[in-house]
Amino acid sequence: MHNFQLLEYAAWGLSALLGLWMLIDLIRTDRTYSEEMLTSSQEGEIDDTLILDAPHQGGQK
Amino acid sequence: MSQTTTIHGEKISLLRVLGPGHVWALGVGIVLVGEYMGWNFAVGKGGAIAALIACWFAGVLYTCVAMIDSEVTSTVAAAGGQYAQAKHIVGPLMAFNVGLFLVFAYTMLEAANAITLGYLVQTVGGMAGFAEAQDKPFIVLTIMFLAWLNYRGVYATLTFNLVITAIAFIAIWVLFFSVQPWTGTYMKHGELLTGLPYGWLGVLAAMHFGMWFYLGIEGTTQAAEEVRSPARALPLGTMTGIITLLIAATMTWYICTGLMPWEYLGQAVTPLFDAARLTDSTVLMVLLFIGTMFSTLASANGCINDASRAWFSMGRDRYLPQVFGAVHPKYRTPYRSIVFLVPVALVFAYFAPLDQVITFSILSGLLEYTFMAINVMMFRQKWPLGTIKRGYVHPFHPLPAIVLLLLCSATYFAVFLGYGTQLVAMMVFYIIASLWFAFHRYKFVRRGAQFTMPWPKPVGY
Repeated sequence: MHNFQLLEYAAWGLSALLGLWMLIDLIRTDRTYSEEMLTSSQEGEIDDTLILDAPHQGGQK
Repeated sequence: MSQTTTIHGEKISLLRVLGPGHVWALGVGIVLVGEYMGWNFAVGKGGAIAALIACWFAGVLYTCVAMIDSEVTSTVAAAGGQYAQAKHIVGPLMAFNVGLFLVFAYTMLEAANAITLGYLVQTVGGMAGFAEAQDKPFIVLTIMFLAWLNYRGVYATLTFNLVITAIAFIAIWVLFFSVQPWTGTYMKHGELLTGLPYGWLGVLAAMHFGMWFYLGIEGTTQAAEEVRSPARALPLGTMTGIITLLIAATMTWYICTGLMPWEYLGQAVTPLFDAARLTDSTVLMVLLFIGTMFSTLASANGCINDASRAWFSMGRDRYLPQVFGAVHPKYRTPYRSIVFLVPVALVFAYFAPLDQVITFSILSGLLEYTFMAINVMMFRQKWPLGTIKRGYVHPFHPLPAIVLLLLCSATYFAVFLGYGTQLVAMMVFYIIASLWFAFHRYKFVRRGAQFTMPWPKPVGY
C-alpha cells in the first residue's frame, strides 16, 4: 500500500464519519424536539428591516 | 414516544447573522470557478475573439439578472429566492418549476465541482508518481465535508466561502500583474488572436460557455432570510458581486488568450493554472493551483447552501413534503434539506458524465433567467413604483428585461446546437413534474398562508 492509497482510505473514512455524524445528529434532533416546533419557521418577518426611502428607492413614506 | 422540549407556540427560524460580505462570497464563490475552468470551451467553439464577445454579451445578460434580482429580492426577501418571488408574483405552478430549476441548477453544479475537485487531486497524485490514484474518494469527501459544514451553521459556512473566494480572486489579480500586460514580455495577443475561425455562428455557439463566467450570481437571493438587513445587503452583495465577476472574467480572458493559442486554450482543463505554468514561476503555479482548488470548493459550498434553501422553502409551503421545512434548533439551518440533497449530489457526481451534469445545470439556470425577465415585468405592472417598499429600484425598466429575454433566446439556440437532445429531455422532465404538481401535490399546499408579504392588492385586482 502506498501513501496515496492511505490518503484515499482516509478520505473514505472521513466521509463516512461526517455522514454518520449528520445522520446521528438528525435522528437525535428529531427525537428531542416536536415536529411542530421544528417546522415552525415562517417566511417573512423581515418588514422592519426594509429601508424606507421613497424619493430614491420607490418606496412609501 | 419521542421526548420533546417544545413550549406551545415556540417558533424557530433561520439565523440572521450575515452581512453584505457574505452575500458577495455566496454569489462570487459559486461563480468564480467558471473563470478558473469551463469558460475556455467558448474559445473552442468560436475562437478567442468569439469568447470575448460571448463574455461581454453574457456579462450584459447577468448584469440584467443582477439588477432585476436586486430589485425583486429586496422586496420579496425570503429563503428560496426566485421561488418565493414566483410564488408571490406569478403563481404556484411557476413557483414549483422555479424551485425545481434552482435545486437542480445548484445540485448539478455542486456535483460538477466535486467531480472537478476529485480530478484535480487525482492529477496531483498522478504527477507525484501514483499512477493508480483514484478521484472517487475525494469527490465523496468534498460533498460530505461541505454538507457537514452547511449543516453546522450558515455563518461559518459563508465566512469560509468569503476567505477562500477572496484568495482565489486575489490570485487572478496577482497573475494579471505578474504577466506585465503593459510591457508585452509575456502577452502575445498580436500573434495569437486570429479573428473568428467559425464566423458569427461560432460567436453564437460560444454563448453556451460564455455563461460560465457568471453562472450562479443570482444565488445571492437565497440568503435573504439569513442576512441582517435584506434591503441593504442583498442589492449591495449582488451588485458588487457582478462587478467583481465582470473584472475577473475580462482579466482571465486577457491573460489566457495572450499566453496560449486558441486551439489549445479551447480544450484546456485548467486554463488559468496553465497560464501560470507558462510564466515558469513556481510561486504563481502554486498560487493558481490553490486558487483553482479554492474556487471549486467555494462553488460547491455555495451550491449546497442555495439548493438546500430552495428545497427547504418548498417544503415549508408544502409544495414538497413538509418535513423538509424543518430548521435545526441549535444550528438554525434547514438540516433535513441539506442531508436529503447529499445522496442526490453523490449519485450525479459518481455516475453522470461531467458535460451532461454541467449542461443540465446551465439549462436549469437559463429557464430561471427566462422566468426572471417575465417576473419583473409582471412585478412592475402589478405593483408599480411607490405602491410597495423596495430596497433597490433598477433603472431603464423594461429594457433590462427585454435584453435578458433576447439573450436567453440566443443562448437556448447556442445550447441546442450542441446539446439539443438534453434540452428536449429536460423540458419533458419539467413538464412531467408540473403535471405531478398540478394534479397531485397542489392539494397539500398552504394556499393562503404561503403569501407572507404585507403588500396591497395588485393593480387590476
